[in-house]
Amino acid sequence: MSSPTSTPVGSKRSRDDIPVTPSSDGLASPPSQRRRGQDSSNGDLPAMPTSPATDIASPAVHDTSLFSSPRRSGNFLPSEVDMSSPLMYGTPSSRVEGTPRSGVRGTPVRQRPDLGSARKAPQVDLHTELPSADGAVASEQAAGQKLVIWGTDVNVGTCKEKFQRFLQRFIDPTSNEDENAGLDLNEPLYMQKLEEISVIGEPVLNVNCSHVQSFDADLYRQLISYPQEVIPTFDMAVNELFFERFPDSILEHQIQVRPYNALKTRNMRSLNPEDIDQMITISGMVIRTSQLIPEMQEAFFQCQVCAFSTRVEVDRGRIAEPAVCRNCNTTHSLALIHNRSAFSDKQMIKVQESPDDMPAGQTPHTTIVYAHNDLVDKVQPGDRINITGIYRAVPMRENPRQSTVKSVYKTHIDVIHFRKTDEKRLHGLDEDSDQKLFTEERVQTLKELAAKPDVYERLSSALAPSIYEQEDIKKGILLQLFGGTRKDFSQTGRGNFRAEVNILLCGDPGTSKSQLLQYVFNLVPRGQYTSGKGSSAVGLTAYVMKDPETKQLVLQTGALVLSDNGICCIDEFDKMSDSTRSVLHEVMEQQTLSIAKAGIICQLNARTSVLAAANPVESQWNPKKTTIENIQLPHTLLSRFDLIFLMLDPQDEAYDRRLAHHLVALYYQSEEQIEEEFLDMAVLKDYIAYARTYINPRLNEEASQALIEAYVDMRKIGSGRGMVSAYPRQLESLIRLAEAHAKVRFSDKVETVDVEEAKRLHREALKQSATDPRTGFVDISILTTGMSATARKRKEEVAQALKKMIQSRGKTPAMKYQQLFDDLRGQSEAAITKDMFEEALRALADEDYLTVTGKTVRLL
Amino acid sequence: MRMWFVCRFCCPAAQSNSNPEWEAKVLEYFKGQLREKESHSWVPSLNDVPLHYLKPNSLVKFRCLVQDMFDPEFYMGVYETVDPSTKANVLRCGKYKDVTECGVDLNSRNTVTAERQTFYCVPIPGESPWAKEISFLSAARVVPSTSYVPSRQKRSYEEDDDDMDTQPQKQREPHTEPHGNGDSKRQETEAPSSQTTAPSDCSSHLDLNFPLPGERGPACLVKVYEGLDSFKLNDTLEIYGILSVNPVLTVLGEEKDPSLLLLNPTESMETPEEQRAHDPPASLVPRLHMLYARPLQHNNPLLPSAPTEDQSAFVSSFLVEMASVRAELLAYLTHVLLGDGLAAEYLLLHLISNVYTRRDVLPLGKFTLNLSGCPLNSYTERLYQIVQQLVPCSYRLSMSLHTMNSMRLVPKKDYVANRLVSGALQLARNTSLFLDETQLEQGQLDSSGVRNITALGNLISWQKVDYDFSYHQMEFPCNINVLVTSEGRSLLPSDCQVPLQPQVTPPNMEEYLTTIHMAQFTSQINKFRVYLSLARTLDYSISDEVTKAVEDDFVDMRKDDPQSVTAEDLHRMLVVARLLSLSLGQTTLSRDGWMRAKHIDMLRRSRTEQQKSLNGNEP
Repeated sequence: MSSPTSTPVGSKRSRDDIPVTPSSDGLASPPSQRRRGQDSSNGDLPAMPTSPATDIASPAVHDTSLFSSPRRSGNFLPSEVDMSSPLMYGTPSSRVEGTPRSGVRGTPVRQRPDLGSARKAPQVDLHTELPSADGAVASEQAAGQKLVIWGTDVNVGTCKEKFQRFLQRFIDPTSNEDENAGLDLNEPLYMQKLEEISVIGEPVLNVNCSHVQSFDADLYRQLISYPQEVIPTFDMAVNELFFERFPDSILEHQIQVRPYNALKTRNMRSLNPEDIDQMITISGMVIRTSQLIPEMQEAFFQCQVCAFSTRVEVDRGRIAEPAVCRNCNTTHSLALIHNRSAFSDKQMIKVQESPDDMPAGQTPHTTIVYAHNDLVDKVQPGDRINITGIYRAVPMRENPRQSTVKSVYKTHIDVIHFRKTDEKRLHGLDEDSDQKLFTEERVQTLKELAAKPDVYERLSSALAPSIYEQEDIKKGILLQLFGGTRKDFSQTGRGNFRAEVNILLCGDPGTSKSQLLQYVFNLVPRGQYTSGKGSSAVGLTAYVMKDPETKQLVLQTGALVLSDNGICCIDEFDKMSDSTRSVLHEVMEQQTLSIAKAGIICQLNARTSVLAAANPVESQWNPKKTTIENIQLPHTLLSRFDLIFLMLDPQDEAYDRRLAHHLVALYYQSEEQIEEEFLDMAVLKDYIAYARTYINPRLNEEASQALIEAYVDMRKIGSGRGMVSAYPRQLESLIRLAEAHAKVRFSDKVETVDVEEAKRLHREALKQSATDPRTGFVDISILTTGMSATARKRKEEVAQALKKMIQSRGKTPAMKYQQLFDDLRGQSEAAITKDMFEEALRALADEDYLTVTGKTVRLL
Repeated sequence: MRMWFVCRFCCPAAQSNSNPEWEAKVLEYFKGQLREKESHSWVPSLNDVPLHYLKPNSLVKFRCLVQDMFDPEFYMGVYETVDPSTKANVLRCGKYKDVTECGVDLNSRNTVTAERQTFYCVPIPGESPWAKEISFLSAARVVPSTSYVPSRQKRSYEEDDDDMDTQPQKQREPHTEPHGNGDSKRQETEAPSSQTTAPSDCSSHLDLNFPLPGERGPACLVKVYEGLDSFKLNDTLEIYGILSVNPVLTVLGEEKDPSLLLLNPTESMETPEEQRAHDPPASLVPRLHMLYARPLQHNNPLLPSAPTEDQSAFVSSFLVEMASVRAELLAYLTHVLLGDGLAAEYLLLHLISNVYTRRDVLPLGKFTLNLSGCPLNSYTERLYQIVQQLVPCSYRLSMSLHTMNSMRLVPKKDYVANRLVSGALQLARNTSLFLDETQLEQGQLDSSGVRNITALGNLISWQKVDYDFSYHQMEFPCNINVLVTSEGRSLLPSDCQVPLQPQVTPPNMEEYLTTIHMAQFTSQINKFRVYLSLARTLDYSISDEVTKAVEDDFVDMRKDDPQSVTAEDLHRMLVVARLLSLSLGQTTLSRDGWMRAKHIDMLRRSRTEQQKSLNGNEP
């Protein structure tokens, strides 16, 4: 190998050694002086921080700026070497990659600190490097024209060619990513994206790594293993291709390739030392973002005496201030000129493991992530993101004056690509927001399970096995967990149809309602558990607070919004204050949440299923009263529940015996026996997640007919007695339940069986909750209007009787309240309570017949 | 034989690096040695011996609770150093060490990066004084190291007075040779000097993050190398490891040049708070490189700690005595509870209760007791003192309005310092939590007060604490015995409420209780302590026959009056039956046991009903 090759390479390395072994300073100075000399040629140019002027005469500038700070393991030989050395990388155009031909010339290169801002420790020192470089040459000569980047097996030419081929040819007809919306799936995907870039002018090309892998596994491997070398190569390739196609486009800077979705996606916990300097994709939640840090890339010094200027690159956070001006030889005359130095934006982001990825009983891990340039401020605390980046480890230095080093590395990730996982939730298209991957075997087990005829019963009995029986309730909750199919009618102006099933459990205290709620809360990934007693309206919806750090107003979301796409379990629903309950109206039907406070007006999605539990007002359920009277909830709210179950003590001997057996077994069965008997909670979880993600059943013809019939039947029951017994809401509930049942079977079609079960369950729930205790009939108006038809009739009668009585008195403008009450009581044969009397008075007042002021009643 | 001599073997062995399996062998060796009888008592314990009496780089043990788990860190498992004079490259081992030797060649290709994790460990919160004392005494009996150090103490103080004025680094410089710890004299001066360089003002702003207020003792950063997944937060462990108190670790943020901080990206990653939390001075928070950790089933020093043959022999010998000890303890508790035998019975059952398993969300075996009708005027305080004398771990939470509003019960993640700020509910398993509701007065609970009460309610009903991670909550199951003392019925849920019915009304409560307490011999008390810890660990089963009987019984009871017995009552009675059997040393439920359980439950219920009607009659 020729000597010029080794010297600059060596110089770069030894410069890195400066802080460690100051003796190497001498070694470093000659080459670095040479570099300064070169730089001084364009030192007079106005300093453009991130875009050094492009000039065909200064390829070296481009080269160094693009790779200003990759790790100095000799991965990139400086271009001056390329020029002089007989060894060349691929085609000539690739060699001067910053400025190839035509249009590229006008477009400045932008630094990529994400690829090389942090230097890596394992560098090669001069002694060991020379022989190995020779070795590379030797092998190169042996294998013909196959030169690779030092330390890797990447050949720039081949790599570039492969990537260009990938860009030109890759087609993914089955793509359903939202990024590809509006693209022709049968045309090369990335060529269309390039076209998009030429139109929009945003010079960033996001590349899905799984595409690369399916196209060329070897290229993918190289990308993962040597991102720092391969991505710049990709950049070159894409720019050449782009400017060939669109020679006239003007971009802010050259296109940068941003790979994402490295298939080696891992959670934070599984990162290990082998991943250092590799490209990884991890998911997590942003917990802190720092302020913008201007990071100096290049310092600009000017001599105070002769105005001679020089630039010094920042090396591992340090600037080697030149002690002597080379022009006038004055010592210590150089001063740093801040506004001519080059800076780049940088931000520190702390990411925490998302709670779903964690083993129980451990605390979440955090990782530090650095975002550079335009990725700064892309994410906010609380965002759930997938990060693709390069994992780095830097040795700690305790004290510059000390030679001992703490034997610990600081690790961080230089981010290349952010992808918000919850971004889609804001857009409302979220069918596959849970990117939960199922292994083949898992899917197989789930499907096997689904094929069993009794899967519905199995699953429902696996639900909260510690709670005894209550089969129908468990089935209802099971259907709630699966949910209906989401339908979008927004084109026709009706908006989204609710797909979530809401369930209310009411009943005696101590019938393990809370336990069921707890179980559900633990089962679903996005569940929230609140207690009506302890939550306020803002706790459920959203509140505006001042961020202690930024002093900005931020919207903090409450339980309902947090459980978007999940289940919100509300215990002690009856103890909730009225104002709190009122926010539920919107959530439970429109599935949105409107907020107008502190200058923030917005509508948040809250597509949550509500599972609520309420206790009767009189501590014990009074079978002589209706549901509404027992739990004292407004009927407007009650009618929004698809299923209302009563959990009552059945009080029957056989039941008692089974219950006792169940409980005793609970207390002595060993863990293994329990495992055998019931489905694993994890299987159940996966089953639900799979069905929710992949199964979208639609009604078939017979099922629709069956539904229509069912609805007509329900209407008929009431019409015989002059009452309305079903409303469209009930029909919608039926549809949802039928769909959910089809989901349980993993079926894409809703069939008659599903409708039958939905009908049965709905009827059961109605039978329990909407039976008029006075007549014994099921009366839906108890739930929809809060009063049974008979009760309403009765109320009317009392009012009329009162009116008649007052009229019979003749012209008395004012009466005593108490006296009137006593009179009415004496007159009527049925017992009249004070409540009834007051209601009657109110009814008459509404008719503008009388007014009640204090203790006197006046006729109008 | 002294363990820390062994320890030195491991490092030279590593340096030669001839055998790649040396790591496994080292662990094997230590485990083998520690399994030997009594050998673990030769190792000095950080709990008992003040830090500055311990030799750096020696083997120590630490009985602790994992309070927080920090992020994993990468360290140089193997690195190469270059001797400046001879230019010779030497491979060195970085495992079980915090600091490298000087002259590290960062570019060496022989560097091996390895992973380890740091746990922040604190002494077991609420450990009763007697437990500490006994373990200290038993340790002092066998550890010779503590005896000789104090004799040198005086001299070392003189030495470091000089050192204080001169550069402390001077001391470290001759540390270059690998066996620096061979010189015992230097060792001793080093440790106290770091002690004095971190004077009291330093420790005051350094929050050691103990779960309970007023706790003392060393906190420790434990570096864990193996089996990371087997450890959980709040585990109680006995850790054997190499102590590291290198003063290099003590560099605090203060002396950092701010300009340097700005420019150096690796430094600016950490906020000063974070640095303080993660790199506290080694003199206050020593580092411990774990060789071996033993999960503790209990921290009762009177019981053999390891589940060995030793223990089973101990158990079987004690089982014989069990019934008699129980009778004595019952008598004792009856005196303490002012002659109320039933309450004493329940208190006894409560003290041996234990969450032995969980069925989905339901914890089984918990037995929260609410002693209502407690006399005021510091009776509860004395009662707590007596409970504290019996159980190895306990804490009394006085539920006054002020404490409920101001105290932090639930641990919270502090993202600025990146650590879990502890709260009073971060307790080890089987800790007795004594909630004193008699202290509660009228007034308003603010939002944090409501949250605290909710947390207590969750703890009692589900045996879990939801740690506050700001963006989400995380549920940590726990196993805490909660005893609530109150005047009327407690506002917190409980498994079982017993109104106290004092038979005697001593004129001077303090004196009365003190005399009862004094009347017990230590040996007697020790027996009680063993009894309570042991009864908790016994296995238990129900035969089919008894199952049938219980079922029949339940059906019969329901037949008479379905309202009288609910599923919840059956739950409770099954727990009572279980505890009752165990308290007598019986590991299966007998018919008698069931009848007894039913009987005392009936007594208790009639008493609560009585109470209710009494209250009902009040205007």
